[in-house]
Amino acid sequence: MLKRTSKWLAFAALAMLAAFGVTACGSDSESSSSSADGQTVGFLYVGPKNDFGYNQAAYEGSLEVEKNIPGTKLIQAENVPETSEASRVMEKMIKDGATTIFATSYGHLQPMLAVAKKHPEVTFEHQGGVKAGANVGTYFGQIYEAQYLTGMAAGLATKSNKLGYVVAVPIPQTLLNINAFELGAQSVNPKAETTVVFTGGWCDPAKQKEAADTLIQGGADVLSQHQDCTKTIVETTEKAGAMSVGYHADASSLAPKGWLSGSVWNWGPLYTDIVKTIGEGKWKGSEYDADYRVGFADSDIIKIAPFGSAVTPEIEKEVLAKQEEMKAKDFYPFEGPIVDQSGKTQIPAGENPSPTELETTDYLVKGVVGKIPTSSN
Amino acid sequence: MLEAIILGAVSYGACLIFAAEGELIAERSGIVNLGTEGSILCGALLSFMVTVWTGSPYIGAIFGLVGGALPALLHAFMVVDRKADQLASGLAITFLGLGVTAALGKSFVDDKINGMDALGIPLLKEIPLIGGALFDQDILTYLALLIGPAIWWFFKRTRVGLILRATGESGDVVYAYGHSPRKVRYLAVTAGGALAGLGGAQLVLATTLNWTENITQGRGFVAVALVIFASWLPLRAAAGALLFGAAFALNLVLQTRGVGIPSFYLLMLPYVLTLIVLAAASKGQRQLMPAGLKAVFAPGGT
Repeated sequence: MLKRTSKWLAFAALAMLAAFGVTACGSDSESSSSSADGQTVGFLYVGPKNDFGYNQAAYEGSLEVEKNIPGTKLIQAENVPETSEASRVMEKMIKDGATTIFATSYGHLQPMLAVAKKHPEVTFEHQGGVKAGANVGTYFGQIYEAQYLTGMAAGLATKSNKLGYVVAVPIPQTLLNINAFELGAQSVNPKAETTVVFTGGWCDPAKQKEAADTLIQGGADVLSQHQDCTKTIVETTEKAGAMSVGYHADASSLAPKGWLSGSVWNWGPLYTDIVKTIGEGKWKGSEYDADYRVGFADSDIIKIAPFGSAVTPEIEKEVLAKQEEMKAKDFYPFEGPIVDQSGKTQIPAGENPSPTELETTDYLVKGVVGKIPTSSN
Repeated sequence: MLEAIILGAVSYGACLIFAAEGELIAERSGIVNLGTEGSILCGALLSFMVTVWTGSPYIGAIFGLVGGALPALLHAFMVVDRKADQLASGLAITFLGLGVTAALGKSFVDDKINGMDALGIPLLKEIPLIGGALFDQDILTYLALLIGPAIWWFFKRTRVGLILRATGESGDVVYAYGHSPRKVRYLAVTAGGALAGLGGAQLVLATTLNWTENITQGRGFVAVALVIFASWLPLRAAAGALLFGAAFALNLVLQTRGVGIPSFYLLMLPYVLTLIVLAAASKGQRQLMPAGLKAVFAPGGT
């Protein structure tokens, strides 16, 4: 009797898992929308399209392409790891007719370069990388400009003068954001310090939670972050009664009390223009056939999220005034002198490095507490 | 600083305690379950889904048990009835769990839940250093702290516990005494999976309050290693899990103090420290390995 029961149970379990498995294959990470005769454009995301973060921002941008250029066919692939699996996904997209591919994660660059070499007829665009192929362009927004502004808001709002920053891994992009955040904060509050914690991964919510708790216990009353998924940190911060500066996407709905603002992406117009340029056959030699980098002054790729109730009208006014200066090219966050943690001048007074020069940043500025993880110190 | 480390040890170690104790039960019956990672994932997702639907993390936690038990039941079927290789079946189940939860969990990534509230015990929670960590937690975390001693008691003092341990040593002897080793192993593996699933529930309902693909990040395999290095002793496995949590919390605290240790090493710290301590503690205690497992780790057995 028991023998039969347990066997039946095991079969039931197997059947259920198998059913799940079939559903899984059915709703594979690749989905496409149909159309007539326009371009077929593939998009790769490293995470899920609804992560309140980096991937959601990119995904929403891709939808605008479809809306703005009738006839465009999108092939979407979520949760694509930064391995040769990404190459496989791109090969599949090309087989399915893609003539343009956007790879939106930093680690998709190497697999993309490998595929690009084999398919010179396809145009590849990488988000945040460095151009390294005839048919590969890269683009990115100077989001650190927005982080400077939100850093100002944090510096003005903090009572403990301690700001916290939960970072995934040390790459120039993350270091630039931390530096800009701290510079913005100290521009309005010389006592403001930013403590950094590296979690070692782009989306490990349990680690994020512990990191946020540790920073708050250490006295930080405003937390910002550079992670792919951002929900857990914002919610943890709100629960602890501290204030949040978001990243990648507007998460104000998760922090009705403590939301200050955040740096967010607005990719739609740029994606649209790139796809249009390719469609008209004008991509070769265009600004997109290069390392395209823009900030507040020349585009609306980056934005600051709507201010929350924790922001007073005075703070809002001061932050927006600085944004106007950036738009007018009267102010650059990394105009020298910029001094690092050890007191060494990294950017001399009067110098204003180009965006590509800044992408070699390998230091944290004075006022940041915490060390960059290196394999040798 | 010490308080932050103790607090981190408990909140970060809780999921690991469940998973390690679950693995330990299975291994004491003679079955290694590398599907524990899959069980945590399924438990985490199912408990999260049910919490989203019902609004109650307590109902969710119950389904965490179910979610964890299902893959383990499949593992039991594969290895007990179908005589499949234990390690291969376990790994397959982990990967199945990873894929299934990634696909089914996709639409739950942006869902918001109210997690388990902390139920502080008056007076006790005011104790300096340990009060917050031990007496101001949610139900699942309290349960995690109690499960190690409970299983120790179960093995030591109950007849069922004795039969389970005996099954891991020699199925034939248990059979001779009129019990079914098959039944015992089915129950042990499934119950172990259910515990791992509860660990997954603790992870999403008490810690992260969010679901994301592969939220476990290898914790199931850490649990398997903990069991071996704890010489299959429940109290030591629980202590090992807490130590792992403490080392992780120490890493964070050191980072926030700007200590000049490269933090890649700090990220390794929990693994290294736990390995060293448990290896030292288990020195000369290899004979504690359930005899039934020797065939798995050393084909031919010794």
